[in-house]
Amino acid sequence: MYSDKVLDHFKNPRNVGEIENPDGEGSVGNPVCGDMMTIYLKIKDDRIEDIKFKTFGCGAAIATTSMTTELAKGKTLDEALEITRDKVAEALDGLPPVKMHCSNLAADALHDAIKDYQKKKRE
Amino acid sequence: MKAYMDYGAAKPVDKAVIDAMTPYFSKVYGNPASFYTIGFDAYNAVIKARDQLAKLIGAIQGEIIFTSCATESNNLALLGITQRYKKKGKRVIISEIEHISIINIAKELTRQGFEVLYAPVDNEGILDMEKFRELVNDDTVLVSIMAANNEIGTIQPIKEIAKIVHDHNAIFHTDAVAAVGQIPINVKEMDIDLLSFSSNDLYGPRGVGAIYLKSGLRAKPHMIGGGQEGGQRSGSENVPGIVGMGKAAEITLETMKDESKRLKKLRDRLSKGLLESIQESFMNGHPTKRVPNNANIRFSFIEGEALILSLDQIGINASSGSACLAKTLEPSHVLRALGLAHEYAHGSLVFTLGKGNNEEQVEYVIDSMPDVVHKLRAMSPLTPKELK
Repeated sequence: MYSDKVLDHFKNPRNVGEIENPDGEGSVGNPVCGDMMTIYLKIKDDRIEDIKFKTFGCGAAIATTSMTTELAKGKTLDEALEITRDKVAEALDGLPPVKMHCSNLAADALHDAIKDYQKKKRE
Repeated sequence: MKAYMDYGAAKPVDKAVIDAMTPYFSKVYGNPASFYTIGFDAYNAVIKARDQLAKLIGAIQGEIIFTSCATESNNLALLGITQRYKKKGKRVIISEIEHISIINIAKELTRQGFEVLYAPVDNEGILDMEKFRELVNDDTVLVSIMAANNEIGTIQPIKEIAKIVHDHNAIFHTDAVAAVGQIPINVKEMDIDLLSFSSNDLYGPRGVGAIYLKSGLRAKPHMIGGGQEGGQRSGSENVPGIVGMGKAAEITLETMKDESKRLKKLRDRLSKGLLESIQESFMNGHPTKRVPNNANIRFSFIEGEALILSLDQIGINASSGSACLAKTLEPSHVLRALGLAHEYAHGSLVFTLGKGNNEEQVEYVIDSMPDVVHKLRAMSPLTPKELK
């Protein structure tokens, strides 16, 4: 039911972990619905220098978060804000329809983390 | 190493069963209704299978009706009995932890105008008898309570339940798919009116199931045709499948006592080993009132589908009550009925052991699981620091 790319990202997730004192942090989902992900950012010159994640959830939740971090790493903030749920699913060669809405939330966490950074910067 | 421990989902067909079935595909291919030798031979084979099934559950031969699967048996029991005896009353009672096929048929009964009530279970999955007693009244036409649960394995006090049902002249059905072959079931001693069971759960072929219908009871059939199976289930008999289920029932009757003892020992070692070696792991269901092949364990801070995918990579197969595996995206209604919060229900793992399992496999699972759980916990934002 999962593509080879989803399974690869599930088995070998990229960028797992936390960043201490991150420049930006974003979380989506909740444990009640079975999916929850947090993304941590280190930003230098408006570019994502480092990105890490933590995910509670199914195979698709873990793979989409992993793929999101891979797509975002090294990108400028403007470029990273263009990463959407659909683009993440596409990069993974698709997701089962039932997983598109419940587990494919990581792009939202990334956007939240960027907004968190921008808000902190303004303060 | 391979450790398939999801026998509740599917079982391999026993070699002796395949051998018994084989002649009925292209040698003894007659229709049991035909009036010549090859037809008589097929007819006798069906009679023999009926007898083999009857013996397994303490029924008589004429009380067994073959269907295409246990779901069909459940349909005949719930829809067919309520239709036929609807003058008796409008109330139908099922438990909160019934198999999804019963749950969905009960929803259909609600749509048809029956008053369907759901009897609660305690936090170990045993029917709350006091509340159950309050629900059954003289307007009750049918009660359906499963003999053993397919997810948490809990065994219900069937005889006691049947007594309460019969005190109100209602009809008692039990879905015994997860019980038959695991624990002794005797329909006469337990005073059961209808009982559904499946072939594959006895290591027989899929595509065949059966229902025990107590002498004197009739359901309104939903498959109308040539009047096979006493008019309760028309359609030319699936002779090879029926022969296979009969043989599977015969083997089960011979081997159940020893096999259940063996599985219970393996299961107890598996649960104990996992609960001891993994922190924040808990047993779901009742500690002793459960079928010998079932272990249901939940691991906090992680999710079941991810757990199953990870275990598959190292050759271990089990099942889960997680929402992420369900079409509905809701966690198991069984775990929710035990009072488990959604977030805890997600991390549950169901092992159902069977003939192919041995001590070596159980030790392999106990040795490999801590790493798998740890890896997922290390990734989870819910895991407390001391467990990382």
